[in-house]
Amino acid sequence: MSTATTGETATRRQIPDRLGTPFTRLLASWEVLLFCVAVAIFIANSLASPYFLNAWNLSDATFNFTEKALIAFAMALLIIAGEIDLSVAAIIALASTAMGAAAQTGLGTPGLVAIGIGTGLACGAFNGVLVAGLKLPSIVVTIGTMSLFRGISYIVLGDQAYGKYPADFAWFGQGYVAWVFSFEFVLFLVMAAVFGVLLHRTNFGRQVYVIGNNPLAARFSGIPVERVKFILFLLTGLMSGIAAVCLTSRLGSTRPSIAQGWELEVVTMVVLGGVSILGGAGTIAGVVIAAFVMGLVTFGLGLLNVPGIVMSIFIGLLLIVTIALPIIARRIKHARKA
Amino acid sequence: MQRLLKNRELLLALIILVMIGGFATRAAGFAAPANLANIFNDTSILIILALGQMTVILTKSIDLSVAANLAFTGMAVAMLDAAYPGLPLALLIVLAVVIGAALGAINGFLVWLLQIPPIVVTLGTLTIYRGMAFVLSGGGWVNAHQMTPDFLNLPRLPVLGLPILSWLAIAIVLAMWFVLMRTPFGRSAYASGGNPTAAVYAGIDVGRARFLAFVLSGALAGLSGYLWVSRYAVAYVDIAAGFELDTVAACVIGGISIAGGIGTVIGTVLGALFLGVIKNALPVIGISPFAQMAISGVVIILAVVFNARAEKKKGRIILRERAAKEKLA
Repeated sequence: MSTATTGETATRRQIPDRLGTPFTRLLASWEVLLFCVAVAIFIANSLASPYFLNAWNLSDATFNFTEKALIAFAMALLIIAGEIDLSVAAIIALASTAMGAAAQTGLGTPGLVAIGIGTGLACGAFNGVLVAGLKLPSIVVTIGTMSLFRGISYIVLGDQAYGKYPADFAWFGQGYVAWVFSFEFVLFLVMAAVFGVLLHRTNFGRQVYVIGNNPLAARFSGIPVERVKFILFLLTGLMSGIAAVCLTSRLGSTRPSIAQGWELEVVTMVVLGGVSILGGAGTIAGVVIAAFVMGLVTFGLGLLNVPGIVMSIFIGLLLIVTIALPIIARRIKHARKA
Repeated sequence: MQRLLKNRELLLALIILVMIGGFATRAAGFAAPANLANIFNDTSILIILALGQMTVILTKSIDLSVAANLAFTGMAVAMLDAAYPGLPLALLIVLAVVIGAALGAINGFLVWLLQIPPIVVTLGTLTIYRGMAFVLSGGGWVNAHQMTPDFLNLPRLPVLGLPILSWLAIAIVLAMWFVLMRTPFGRSAYASGGNPTAAVYAGIDVGRARFLAFVLSGALAGLSGYLWVSRYAVAYVDIAAGFELDTVAACVIGGISIAGGIGTVIGTVLGALFLGVIKNALPVIGISPFAQMAISGVVIILAVVFNARAEKKKGRIILRERAAKEKLA
């Protein structure tokens, strides 16, 4: 990403004479706009289907996005730093296959979770070494590893599937912490807080922004660019491993085609959340709201009996339109000034 | 000698020959001319698609929507042929190219006029186009008995010992060589990827070059849509799923730099043939076809590592970049 797009797309930042008040800036922010969209979809859904406004139904709806959102948090940091990881869904497939293979030998739940997360970390480290260590472009590398990771699942499983997971393993994907709050949803909230603090309140988070805005300046200011990028790939692998545990536990089985196409939905979620695909800008709050928007849209369409592949048209359109709209708006603003 | 060894295309050709020789020791008939012609024919569609992909990559973009474009166009012409058997085949083929080019133009338009990164645009249109194939067909199949014999047989007709599909691939290879090496568009494609700033100073419209590259890639994908459907005698929503990765792999193996501006037509053809030989050899040497995906992955990664070493260092920018940026924006 960084090698392909810097140089020509980085526009010069204009510094206004006077900053707007915090309140007006908040009103004009992408996050608030997105929040309004989320509220509008929520209202539209409750009007369109009588089954929508029900605590348990809404709780079910969260399963649509929690696993993808877990990965989206790490992906947001990666994209802000100017890289991308298209292999996340393939990591889920490989981690799930590893857990499935271990489960057939009768391994208990703690061991399975360790294997799932361990596989995710190993895959993330592999991506990290290739991108940060060998300085290769992350788009092609992760297209390659995407093929490799899922390919290994296909070699292991072929057209078979793993089942026979221990009974208590199902808790991660199907269990509830309290009342309607599922384990996945609570994990989603906790991880949102963790990544929010990491990105917005730590040195590491600031370094991520600097690297995304100007990798060269980052290096001159003494930021260990390669190490930060490696850690980000590791984090993305970790979150993919955790998502694999949740998804496998929820489905109770593993096929090599598990989570097919999720990389697109994760990237869409991140970009919809206001993270610049060119790097350097974005917030975790935006990603959290984007997760809700996508979850509500797919759940609402599901209640209206829209088939999955048609929903993917909406997701694709959502991705392009959300990126195109600010660009068109900026054009119009420019045209007015001139 | 050293320069010959550094010639990437020659090296790749040698590797392919060694591979064919190696496989021939395990299965006697593998290196027979008839089988090699068969492998070439089997790889023809990949070659055609990879050449379109290559043009896009040369301009520093990427087109992940080619396989979805192929699926939609293939479905469209197959359904037309099934519904109106009287339509002349030539019209259907022209239609396939036009539909493909139109879908490519949508990608190119978004990249050119809205300056959205190509990877995002084509990730989006990849799902949209395949979703459109589902909407068009309602999830149904078009089977061999519904298509007209002419529609099905054209790519298979033998001419001078080779099927028309192979001849078509050869013709497109020659045409692409001409377009990229001997036309202003081809040269501007190299220039816009190699150094966009310098290209702007040289009076090249980088955005337009990218747009045309996407249209070309779309047109070839549309043509491949017809070829795929008639060759495999079936059209359904999921045909060629994931094939976009094979086209990128063929380019990367063939030495096309993902950063743009570097690569040759013959390299891309060899990259595609490399994958084609492996694909055809797996069953021969008794490896499960399920292994193919992982092998492609390994080969892509190795090729990227190899390319990164081979790519020359970037030139220094002497003129100020600012004016060029304003031109680009």
